[in-house]
Amino acid sequence: MSTLLTVDDLKVSFPTRTGEINAVRGVSFTLGRERLGIVGESGSGKSQTGRAIMGLTPGHAKITAKTLNFDGIDLLHASPRQRRDLRGKRIAMILQDPKYSLNPVMTIGRQIIETLQTHEKVSWKQGRQRALDMLEAVQIRDPERVFDLYPHEVSGGMGQRVMIAMMLVCGPELLIADEPTSALDVTVQLDVLGILDKLVAERGMGLIFVSHDLRLVSSFCDRVIVMYAGRIVEELPSADLASAKHPYTQGLLNCLPRIGSDRHPLPVLERKAEWAQ
Amino acid sequence: MTATALSVSDMVVTFDEFVALNHVSLDVREGESFGIVGESGSGKSTLLRAVAGLNVFESGRLTVAGRSYSGAKRDRDFYRTVQMVFQDPYGSLHPRQTVDRLLLEPLAIHGFTDVDVRIARALDEVGLGSGFRFRYSHQLSGGQRQRIAIARALILEPKILLLDEPTSALDASIQAEILNLLEQARRERGLTFVMVSHDLGVISHMCDRLAVMRKGEVVETFAADALEKREFSADYTRQLLVASEGFRRG
Ligand SMILES: Nc1ncnc2c1ncn2[C@@H]1O[C@H](COP(=O)(O)OP(=O)(O)OP(=O)(O)O)[C@@H](O)[C@H]1O
Ligand SMILES: Nc1ncnc2c1ncn2[C@@H]1O[C@H](COP(=O)(O)OP(=O)(O)OP(=O)(O)O)[C@@H](O)[C@H]1O
Ligand SMILES: [Mg+2]
Ligand SMILES: [Mg+2]
Repeated sequence: MSTLLTVDDLKVSFPTRTGEINAVRGVSFTLGRERLGIVGESGSGKSQTGRAIMGLTPGHAKITAKTLNFDGIDLLHASPRQRRDLRGKRIAMILQDPKYSLNPVMTIGRQIIETLQTHEKVSWKQGRQRALDMLEAVQIRDPERVFDLYPHEVSGGMGQRVMIAMMLVCGPELLIADEPTSALDVTVQLDVLGILDKLVAERGMGLIFVSHDLRLVSSFCDRVIVMYAGRIVEELPSADLASAKHPYTQGLLNCLPRIGSDRHPLPVLERKAEWAQ
Repeated sequence: MTATALSVSDMVVTFDEFVALNHVSLDVREGESFGIVGESGSGKSTLLRAVAGLNVFESGRLTVAGRSYSGAKRDRDFYRTVQMVFQDPYGSLHPRQTVDRLLLEPLAIHGFTDVDVRIARALDEVGLGSGFRFRYSHQLSGGQRQRIAIARALILEPKILLLDEPTSALDASIQAEILNLLEQARRERGLTFVMVSHDLGVISHMCDRLAVMRKGEVVETFAADALEKREFSADYTRQLLVASEGFRRG
């Protein structure tokens, strides 16, 4: 399988008044045209890893890597212009905070069309049709109505699907999806995963799927990376998740509430200092 | 017989021509934990927001702790009784405020004086510790923000908590801690919960009864243990249950 993305020893840190926060502390992996899952503790650096690849790390942060390479392009030394061209067109990211990343004063339809027009020459009319098709593809019930709504007028799950539609409309080769379905009810969740799955299988898109939903990741992804305190503590084929070795991964699996199992309180993780080493 | 904590009957909410809640009724008993599940866009958040006075409801009745409310007017006492945790932790916390300010604000509005103790305890309860007290909310990860939102709701010691997807932004270990914390608070303070979640595992763990919503209506209400025995009738509930088992290719 050809390699699309190589990440070697990626580090991201934030200087703050009370000292440095090391959000990502040496993350390495490669990605082909496949589905790679990233799970892990809240605050373990999943989003910041995705943002670094996308070029969305906040300006005051320090970012280093031995290699950060997308299809032959050295991302750390690419010009701002080169990065802008990649972003949205060849690499796209569905942000964890959909409403935050939509423009609150522009209708949803207009935003999708403008995204499209940044990267392709399309008329308003063609753009509108593609936007409506995409909204329909992500299972928005009433695309014509939603097209004219502002972000605050759609539900949580609709906002998430609008983001997905906006990111997919240009047909990226690498998609970083940060908790793309956490606000969706399970039936819609599966529809959206079905769309992403097809893009990987038919168009050879590479997908990084950040999620805390272990059931979803193990049933959907090819491989899984488990992060803890800014590092990768375990990497394994999704099918083997149930037999994970690291105590953090085992603990994660064990604390899921299940229908019909009566465990009050739920077991919680005993975090060990050595996991963060 | 236990008293009713919250009663909604025939509630209607519309946005222009669009009917978001179509004659919705439900009763939640004092001390009960009541779940709401349903399709995205079916009106779950709208229902909680209408109870909390963030959306106007145009007809129907709302009674909370024995008092009737209409429209969107709620007094200060209401918010001592009812607090809401929002689905979207990004929108609900001002990004340029420190955690300290965010937690202080409700305490100040309601005239509490022992603020330091309460803030320290609230941060502790949600597993964040005082190291987070002077961070800005834009410096927090998604899960950390959601925990601040929960701390902010609990800090006033309300009687009724409206929880809109309280753990959908959290990883499994923190979800377990938050669910345990919520259960403990409910037991110790006799709280009533109305909880929206798309995770049937979470609902069955946390709730006594649940309502299933679809297209602005409640399609059925039943006891949570019926989920396990599959004693429900709506097709949509069945679909939800199948879908909650994970992704199937092909
Ligand atoms: N602008 C910032 N300034 C300082 N620290 C930050 C900033 N943004 C993020 N962090 C910190 O970096 C760490 C990693 O954050 P990140 O958002 O990558 O976590 P995450 O793994 O995505 O967590 P979650 O599952 O909760 O979304 C966290 O401890 C967070 O508090
Ligand atoms: N301010 C508004 N203006 C116009 N329409 C609105 C507004 N608020 C909500 N709606 C519509 O009401 C419907 C119900 O929204 P609501 O947020 O209650 O859904 P939900 O069941 O919480 O969905 P989700 O699971 O995706 O969060 C949606 O179709 C939404 O577009
Ligand atoms: Mg994140
Ligand atoms: Mg909602």
